[in-house]
Amino acid sequence: MSRFSTANLRLAQEIIRRYPVAKSATIPLCHLAQEQDGYLADDSMAQIAELVGCSSAEVLGTASFYEMFKMHSVGKFCLGVCTNISCQLLGGEELLEHAEQTLGIRPGGTTTDGLFTLEDVECIAACTEAPAVQVNYRYFHRLTPQDLDQLIEELRSGALDDVVPAHGTLGKVRQDLGEDRIANITPPEDQTEPVWLRRHRELAEAAAAADAATPSTAGKES
Amino acid sequence: MSEKPRKIEITDPVTITVDGREVTAQNGELLIDACERNDAYIPRFCYHPRMNPVGMCRMCLVEVDTGRGPALQPSCMIPVAAEMVVDTKNEQVSKAQDGILEFLLANHPLDCPVCDKGGECPLQDQTMAYGPGESRWVEEKRHYEKPIAISETVYLDRERCILCDRCTRFAKDVAGDPLIHFIDRGSNTEIATFPDEPFSSYFSGNTVQICPVGALTAKPYRFRARPWDLEEVESTCTGCSVGCRITVQSSRNQVLRFQGVDSDPVNWSWLCDKGRFGFEAINSEERLAEPLMLSSDGTLSPGRWAEALNAAADAIRAADPTSVAVIGGAQLTNESQYAWAKFAKGIIGTDHVDAQLGDGLAAEVVLGLPGATIDQVCAPGSTVLYMGPDPKEELSVLYIRLKHAAQEDGVQIIELSPAASGLSPYASSSLHYRPADLPKLVEALLAGELPDQGLPGIDAAEFTKASQALLAAEQNLHVVIGRANLAESADCVAVAASAVHQAIPGATFLSALRRANLRGALEAGLTPGMLPGRSSLAEHGQAWKELWGSVPSTAGMDTTQILQAAAASKIDVLILLGADPLADFADRSLARRGVAGARTVISLDRFLTASTRQADIVFPIAGFSECEGTHTNLEGRVTRLNQKVTPPGTARTDWMIAAELAALLGKDLGVERDAHELWDEFTAHSAVHAGVSSAALDHPDAADGLLLDLGPRPFVTPVAPHVAPQSSYSLRLIVNRTLYDQGTEIHHCDSSSGLAPAASVRLSPADAAPLGAEDGTQVTVSSPHGSITAALIVDSGVPKGSAVLRHNLEGADPGLLIDSADVVCEIRVEVS
Ligand code: SF4
Ligand code: SF4
Ligand code: FES
Ligand code: FES
Repeated sequence: MSRFSTANLRLAQEIIRRYPVAKSATIPLCHLAQEQDGYLADDSMAQIAELVGCSSAEVLGTASFYEMFKMHSVGKFCLGVCTNISCQLLGGEELLEHAEQTLGIRPGGTTTDGLFTLEDVECIAACTEAPAVQVNYRYFHRLTPQDLDQLIEELRSGALDDVVPAHGTLGKVRQDLGEDRIANITPPEDQTEPVWLRRHRELAEAAAAADAATPSTAGKES
Repeated sequence: MSEKPRKIEITDPVTITVDGREVTAQNGELLIDACERNDAYIPRFCYHPRMNPVGMCRMCLVEVDTGRGPALQPSCMIPVAAEMVVDTKNEQVSKAQDGILEFLLANHPLDCPVCDKGGECPLQDQTMAYGPGESRWVEEKRHYEKPIAISETVYLDRERCILCDRCTRFAKDVAGDPLIHFIDRGSNTEIATFPDEPFSSYFSGNTVQICPVGALTAKPYRFRARPWDLEEVESTCTGCSVGCRITVQSSRNQVLRFQGVDSDPVNWSWLCDKGRFGFEAINSEERLAEPLMLSSDGTLSPGRWAEALNAAADAIRAADPTSVAVIGGAQLTNESQYAWAKFAKGIIGTDHVDAQLGDGLAAEVVLGLPGATIDQVCAPGSTVLYMGPDPKEELSVLYIRLKHAAQEDGVQIIELSPAASGLSPYASSSLHYRPADLPKLVEALLAGELPDQGLPGIDAAEFTKASQALLAAEQNLHVVIGRANLAESADCVAVAASAVHQAIPGATFLSALRRANLRGALEAGLTPGMLPGRSSLAEHGQAWKELWGSVPSTAGMDTTQILQAAAASKIDVLILLGADPLADFADRSLARRGVAGARTVISLDRFLTASTRQADIVFPIAGFSECEGTHTNLEGRVTRLNQKVTPPGTARTDWMIAAELAALLGKDLGVERDAHELWDEFTAHSAVHAGVSSAALDHPDAADGLLLDLGPRPFVTPVAPHVAPQSSYSLRLIVNRTLYDQGTEIHHCDSSSGLAPAASVRLSPADAAPLGAEDGTQVTVSSPHGSITAALIVDSGVPKGSAVLRHNLEGADPGLLIDSADVVCEIRVEVS
């Protein structure tokens, strides 16, 4: 069973309140669940469905669209090696093979100590720094196989815990929104005219009113 | 594809050019429909005329020029505007269609020879018509495990899926059960359910019908026939009183499938699964094929028709007419109902005839109030006062129409029910009253204020909202009435309906009673005190006497009274027209005593039921799709039922048995060859049936059936029943139905029989907590008349102070708690 902890449940409810339509909180709540458990478990999705008032299948459908939500348990560090064009030309594939050997797993696998999940990723937009690697979406550039070994060692020893938090962690400091800072968006069905349209209309109306009030002026000039 | 564009009335015409021709279209309608209506069919996969477009498949690309030069556009997403120039057939368009098909086929397996859809597959047909003759694809296609069950009845073959979004849109937008969804992304996208949460929607079969490929198949039809081997006729589903139009498809004298037909005033092509897969009961091995008679050893054994008919005629002849009673007949065709009304009332001379089993509404209420059609109830601008049963469970396609009306057409639904229902999420206000409080609630709503002490369970703010909506509705008020609670007197809803009728004379009423042709039975006079055509025995007896030769002198008894009389040995012959009081009459003890107390029980049925097992003579009956006739749905819409197969063994149609018995009694029922003669006689003598003669029904414009005259008749205001005050430690019982129960029909459908839930007791969290009980705890429910034990379900949809039990489920029979003499049933619940 992985359900929201009491503290996270409270936070989830607070997040839902920030949206005019509860269902809009689906993705933020998926993040919250992934932060808690490192991945998005089935019962978390079922609980999110209950909280936002939709079906579990809808949460699964939404979450599974995004690569960054993991539907099964992954290591503390998701290590992705880019093998797309630039990186491939500069040794990405060799780097991946080296990572496979060092960690003893194939892409998609997780080490038995639960620390690393290896991934073969497409271009991560760091082509100028090829070959590029990301660990929990933190970038490491122009790595040689030796650099990679060292990186793995540092991750394993905890030396990089400050730089690379556990998989799923959203930010080192949670953005704590006070009630007074919530945007209070009006629900779509209650939304009135946007302010710029209103201003535009008011100006037009004022002009029309002015025209109507001074017909005689126009008459005199002609 | 078999779907037709919706019929529309052109109110805002614009001229557009389609393939060089100037045509008229409705401003703003979808281009794909406008073209089809003007003989330029555009191929499509994802577009369905009864669902909102999504532009998912791009098969409907056409070249559209709105003044900025021609460009390819998906015609299912483009609203028609004046002066549009459209080309649906030029080279650009052909190339686009060819290309789209090549993409769709890239991952599509070469399954046609083993695919159920082959022969009626839009992908197959459109590839032949618009596609590349050959494949350039040499790469590996994607592979998935072949078919996976996504519910008890529906199988999904993901390799065949073209991701058109029809099934998922249907599930979410039409049925309101979003249990299937696209998961993943790009070429890995697939349809899926949530793990361990199957697509158990009451409407799942519709996705099979609308899937444009063989990705979704239904267990009851898989590998049973090829489309080119099927013969079909149009007919009307008799699974409930909604009367959805269907085609009955058969091969080698066996019904193999029902498909929904788009009947604009009724079902919009949708069916519920109970109706769709109900054909299995027709083919059941357990159908009665020969008459049965009680033999000397006390068992029912096969007999000959002549023997059985003679025995029945002898029993009727020997009995005093007032000691003969007829119960049931709601499943018969209009013709058979008329025949039995004439036989019972005109020939035998008894008025103890009732098609309802205490679970309906008085005929005066159903026939006396001004009628509303489904279309009127669901029309934009309508306000609906809903005082009926849970429509999702009992009248499923009516639920679809109401849900659509509320969500898409802004219809306000004010729901008054004893507990939350499938309709509650779509109602603009939902008030849950304590059983027997409905008359008080309606009175208060009409007065605009709650009584000083309030009403139990009614929230003041919600009340005010409902009351204002109700009073603002005036001419647009449509009231749906029915039995939301079988453990509560039918008088409660009758009194409430009558109060609305008095206060808002323009309001019209739709009676939501479940049994298939119950409306027809009431119209045919299978109810005490009435004769065919809404005529009352007291006022119009003379006219029918002239036709029939005689009519009963006084009004007879209803089912409750008949059973009471039978229990007191005052009924010599009890005739059951497909009725099973032992399962369906709410008061179990009275039903048992009644059926046992009748001297001779004659049953006409398709199956051995609890009641037929107690009979002395059983006649096997030709059922749905085995006989010709007409049907009247809950609105009063008459449609044709057509025969497709022959009945099993020597089974006969109900009217034939009436005619034979009449002859044996030395009388003539007035029918020589077929049921048409009965219909002609009936429609010629009933003013309300004047417009539905055989000739009128055969007119091509009458494909959706014809309405009876729905104008009001004199209506007698019922008297409010007296309810004893509720004692503070008891709860009030709510008994309602689920779509799947242990009913005979469902029981004989292999794919549906396992879907009935086990019996349970539902309590509100507030009532469950003090018992220290939780989901699954065994609890005992007792009333002064009996007690039963079942597992508890804590259900926040049940108001405090009430408990819900379901009718006719395995494990616990609420009938044991009920005394039909009581207005409500007070119970106590304890942990066993
Ligand atoms: S299963 Fe059928 S209806 Fe559903 S998306 Fe696939 S092709 Fe369309
Ligand atoms: S709603 Fe009633 S009439 Fe329609 S398909 Fe279901 S059972 Fe048949
Ligand atoms: S190719 Fe590796 S980051 Fe772009
Ligand atoms: S039918 Fe128009 S995009 Fe599918």
